[in-house]
Amino acid sequence: MNQTLRQFKNGLLDQNPTLVLLLGMCPTMAISTSLANGLGMGMCATLVLICSNSAISLMRKLIPEKIRIAAYVVIIAGFVTLVDMLLGAFLPALSQSLGLFIPLIVVNCIILARAEAYASKNGVVRSALDGLTMGLGFTAALSVVSVIREILGSGTLLGQRVLPDSFPGVLLLVLPTGGFLTLGFVIAAAQKLMAGRKGGKS
Amino acid sequence: MDLTRLLSIALGAILIENFVLVKFLGICPFLGVSKKMDTALGMSMAVVFVMGAASAATWCVNTWLLTPLSLGYMRTVAFILVIAALVQLVEMFLQKAAPALYSALGIYLPLITTNCAVLGVAILNVDNSYSFLESVVYGVTAALGFALAILLFASIRERLTFADYPAPFEGFPIALITAGLLAMAFMGFSGLKVFP
Repeated sequence: MNQTLRQFKNGLLDQNPTLVLLLGMCPTMAISTSLANGLGMGMCATLVLICSNSAISLMRKLIPEKIRIAAYVVIIAGFVTLVDMLLGAFLPALSQSLGLFIPLIVVNCIILARAEAYASKNGVVRSALDGLTMGLGFTAALSVVSVIREILGSGTLLGQRVLPDSFPGVLLLVLPTGGFLTLGFVIAAAQKLMAGRKGGKS
Repeated sequence: MDLTRLLSIALGAILIENFVLVKFLGICPFLGVSKKMDTALGMSMAVVFVMGAASAATWCVNTWLLTPLSLGYMRTVAFILVIAALVQLVEMFLQKAAPALYSALGIYLPLITTNCAVLGVAILNVDNSYSFLESVVYGVTAALGFALAILLFASIRERLTFADYPAPFEGFPIALITAGLLAMAFMGFSGLKVFP
């Protein structure tokens, strides 16, 4: 139980894949223009992480050491194709707006990093849980960035108007450059908080 | 074969739709190996080489294998395998044929397999239904766009060491903000049409 709790804390805070480990930057910046996209992307990546971590953990004794990376990539690509097709069939609008970045989940470094660092050394249940917590951490970071960009950039949240109509929206934040700037400030805030917590302990 | 079309693909890939700064492809190597000018140069050379070759190889696989057998849904798996195999081949070939080049590029080659710009360009070639020549031109020029962005960024970043910024911005955040400003400069190219 204690370990489960620690895993959740690791995934969401201490080792947040996006804000602390700094992995998976491309999708974080590219699709965080609205919260719906951010949540959609986070959901897909979490699903792939859980599946690939469990599968790799199950096969960890069968995969030869030398070709393990190639084997992991093929396993991950299989699950990504599955998610891509499911999304195309059931959520065509989301699939349209995420576009290229769905197949690109294959090369999202978070997934390969967890396969190599965790799933190849731990049991199935722990690995699946690791996939879930890391996926949630990624989703949380994506949500923070996309909430900032959607509210300030277009004055809406999940498509609903939240700021007064007179607020024109900062177009810059919706454009690509806003992705870099927002993520830069969010990571700076995370580093500030981490430094404060460490300082408090010692 | 329409030369203006090729030129407009090239110009679009390098400036208007720059892979790193507008499309957000290849951010990991862009941020990871841009601390020094010479490593950035090595990485860009390796990327140009692999992206050109990967565009050619995935075009062949898609046109002669996936489309006739109607295996379009296997695209992601097939492309990532082709790219991984290609990177391995390039590595082995360079080791034998050009040891000097290999020792310069060696450490960057394995990293390229997980560079999303390579898989991205392969998928975009199919989505835009480019011909063989167009695919190769798009692959090489998109990589040149990556090279331009990473070289500009590395030259700024070398000076960043002496800059005075708030402590929480240490490392990645200040790099991201610099990249954001660079992206803002590239916004100036949007809407540019040289060949109507």
